[in-house]
Amino acid sequence: MTERNMTCVACPLGCQLTVTLDGDEIISVVGNTCKRGDAYARSEISCPTRSLTTTVKCEGGLHPVVPVKSSVPVPKDKLLECMKVINSVTVKAPVFVGQVIIHNILGTDAHIVATNNN
Amino acid sequence: MLKFDLVVVGGGPAGMAAALRARDCGIKDIIILERAETLGGILEQCIHTGFGLHYFGEELSGPEYAARFIELVEEQKIEYKTDTMVTDISEDKIVTAVNKEDGLLKIQAKAVILAMGCRERPRGALSIAGTRGSGIMTAGTAQKYVNMDGYMPGKKIVILGSGDIGLIMARRMTLEGAEVKMVCELMPYSGGLTRNIVQCLDDFGIPLYLSTTVIATHGTTRLEGVTIAQVDDKLQPIPGTEKYVECDTLMLSVGLIPENELTKNIGISMDRITNGAVVNEMRQTDHEGIFACGNVLHVHDLVDYVTIEAQTAGEGAAKYILGQQVKDPVYVNVTTGNGVRYTVPQMVNIKSKDDIKIYFRVGQIYKNSKVVLTCAGKVVSAKKKVKLAPGEMENVIIPDEILATLKETDEIKVEVAEV
Amino acid sequence: MIYDIVVIGAGVTGCMIARALSKYKLNIALLERTNDVAMGASKANSGIVHAGFDAKPGTLKAKMNLRGNELMEDVCRELNVPYKRNGSLVLAFAEEEMATLHELYDRGISNGVAGMSVLNREELLTVEPNIGDDAVGALRAETAGIVCPYSLTIAAAENAVANGVELFRNFEVRAIDFANDIFTLSSADRKIETKYVINAAGLFADEIAAMIGDNSLHITARRGEYYILDKSVGNLVTHTIFQCPSKMGKGILVAPTTHGNLLIGPSAIDIDDKDDVSTTAEGLKEVSTLALKSVPGASTRFAITSFSGNRAHEDKNDFTIEPSSVNGHFINVAGIESPGLTGSPAIAEYVENIMRNLIALQPKENYIATREKPFRYHLATDDERRAVITKNPSYGRIICRCESITEGEIMDAIHAPAGARDVDGVKRRTRAGMGRCQGGFCGSKVVEILARELGIEENAVTKFGASSDILYERTK
Repeated sequence: MTERNMTCVACPLGCQLTVTLDGDEIISVVGNTCKRGDAYARSEISCPTRSLTTTVKCEGGLHPVVPVKSSVPVPKDKLLECMKVINSVTVKAPVFVGQVIIHNILGTDAHIVATNNN
Repeated sequence: MLKFDLVVVGGGPAGMAAALRARDCGIKDIIILERAETLGGILEQCIHTGFGLHYFGEELSGPEYAARFIELVEEQKIEYKTDTMVTDISEDKIVTAVNKEDGLLKIQAKAVILAMGCRERPRGALSIAGTRGSGIMTAGTAQKYVNMDGYMPGKKIVILGSGDIGLIMARRMTLEGAEVKMVCELMPYSGGLTRNIVQCLDDFGIPLYLSTTVIATHGTTRLEGVTIAQVDDKLQPIPGTEKYVECDTLMLSVGLIPENELTKNIGISMDRITNGAVVNEMRQTDHEGIFACGNVLHVHDLVDYVTIEAQTAGEGAAKYILGQQVKDPVYVNVTTGNGVRYTVPQMVNIKSKDDIKIYFRVGQIYKNSKVVLTCAGKVVSAKKKVKLAPGEMENVIIPDEILATLKETDEIKVEVAEV
Repeated sequence: MIYDIVVIGAGVTGCMIARALSKYKLNIALLERTNDVAMGASKANSGIVHAGFDAKPGTLKAKMNLRGNELMEDVCRELNVPYKRNGSLVLAFAEEEMATLHELYDRGISNGVAGMSVLNREELLTVEPNIGDDAVGALRAETAGIVCPYSLTIAAAENAVANGVELFRNFEVRAIDFANDIFTLSSADRKIETKYVINAAGLFADEIAAMIGDNSLHITARRGEYYILDKSVGNLVTHTIFQCPSKMGKGILVAPTTHGNLLIGPSAIDIDDKDDVSTTAEGLKEVSTLALKSVPGASTRFAITSFSGNRAHEDKNDFTIEPSSVNGHFINVAGIESPGLTGSPAIAEYVENIMRNLIALQPKENYIATREKPFRYHLATDDERRAVITKNPSYGRIICRCESITEGEIMDAIHAPAGARDVDGVKRRTRAGMGRCQGGFCGSKVVEILARELGIEENAVTKFGASSDILYERTK
């Protein structure tokens, strides 16, 4: 049996959660004040994901980089790996909001999408 | 001299939303003056997501949030000038601005909306002792270098201040390959959103030291390190707790100050706590026809609230121009009771026909308390709150039927009470 | 080429001397160890034009002070540098300090200072209503003034360069050889030959003199820490407000600046490392506490920045301005601490006279006596603004919003003779970044303009030369 502590971010309250695990199996979640806390803890244990925002090198635009985001959150442990892929790409201006820069990055089903014109 | 019904100073989220609402209310002749190269304001460099959850019900990045309004401004054919700096506004609403193409501009406005935003508190205001090398910058400046200019402003970083910009930059610099050594926070709590502490610090194992500050900087050319120390409950460094931390960059995220130089020059009454103008429920200042909204009025934590506030100001300006304001207003001040640092608006016209929402901030963290609104000595509402924090703006509503019962001599008070 | 004269040190002393000598048909080089002029004490001092009652009668300090005070107004007019004769007050906080005021008064009379009077509290309050409750009287000196010290230095350097003086930056003199009446000055990577040397190396004048075997000087760095307060309290006082002097200097002052801010400081403590211009918690605290005694409203709540500078204190406690006893072609101009800024035009004149005895000084026909007034958007009238923007639209693009500094002014500062090469250089010449936000917004734009105008990458732009890098490599 192991325990993991985390802060719930489902709302500004920031409940301190304690999750008890037996291997990969979640035995209990305590410390939450609402259902959302329980759900948050379970998703954080099973497959934590995060939105990724960064920039991509862009030639010929107003700025030398253009901001991008992942279309859906990517697994948390792949954030830095995704950064490597994104940093190896150069796009040419003009780039428009919503333009897909990288399809299905690292097989995560997330696309890297421009979030501004440049 | 040019003539416009409405001049909006600032083309960030506040200025754009105000102009758009004024247009919706029937004002044709509007111009937005923006100092940067593009509309969008500070959102252009805030490439992280988290914007728009309240207003659009989805999570957008800063530029995306701005883009939605820029599109509408274009669609509505609202006139705007970028790279244009407003240098003066006279009491009779002559706006002086300057740019490369037009040179010096003088615009006679019927109404003016102030939406200049805010700036970051610099190092000088903190009196950190030590050397004056390069590598000390505000988090916002660093954000511009990384996100817009595409340069690394540092590699080994200490961040002072755990406001949201500082937290966001901790993650941003880490993703770009820098080593963020720590975030120090003078107060015993963070001023940032819990979500940002988890996702910007915890996710990357960046420590947050509360009740800790930077007392000295070292290195004669580029920064080489800082001395940090714990502080006591009077926020004074505790001797013996000093620690040297090697770093090449100190990022400051130690507060935002509304940019009210133009406002003060007009002679508008200011609120000493918000550092913004004193306004009524339509966000009109004590100078008729001059309105203020967004971070120039008070520093917001969410852009969504900026948009909503700006719409109120836009509507107010439109009514003023069209002569639809409530005649002979009677103002009652909103006073701040226990635990409440400030309210916006600071005064309300009791002849207003609508419910009035009073926004406020508390001075410290409260758990299991209630927010009490008192009008003319009677408790109007007492809403239970599991948590109140200085970093999160709260609000209470004065219902129109209560408003209608008030007299000029009555008091409206917002306070925090124990349950 | 063999120069006639090399001036070591581009502080206010070196620049004023170079300017004075640039009137003549001479080949002059001005060597500066940093990336810009005015990088030592000249950029970090009180900016006061002293009346001259402090210095001991008969000393060079007293003479240079009086003569410098006399010359300053004209020099500032020629160089288009902000200057104001605002007068000074030395406060007495107790009856025994009133005695000190009378001593200062008498000393002033011996030195030839005009326009002095001793005021009682009532009289004091009529001229300065915001003075602290404890002040019982004051010595007023009407001839005292304020000048922006680095603006004066920069203007003198510009004028000197416009008249043919060559400025060598980043030239730190490491060795001096003398053979066949020629000096060879070596830095790490360059050599310069000259017939005469003027040693105006400030804190390092003793080390420079030692390079020719002259060990007569010993200079100690005496640190002074300051705060600059916001313009909103810039009008709290009109006079420069001193407290009674001590053996370490003239004490903590509260003074308006020519730019409309309020300056408080300096502390005074001798330190070992001449290059150490860091501020200390103790020093800043001393300044903030003592300033309140003079002017209760001068609170560091209004601070926009703090800084520290090191005075070049020489053991003899007087200026040394004379040919070295080791080599008569090597002129020491050393120990120039307060009233060095005041004295600088007089020191230049004095050195000019020393040189007259050594070398033929033939006036140039095409000497330019004045420095052209730089365009200042924030000081211009609307008509002037319209006119310049029509000619050059860059004057219509405001870069520094706190101080209303335009792109055109920044470009002028970079392309001026002895122009800015780094962000701090732009700041001192234009004030971009000196306002409330301290460059938070305009810093990155200044970097961009410097890179563009100097034809370098943005990450090659520094804060003040050497390795004061601002940006590292591109993110991607």
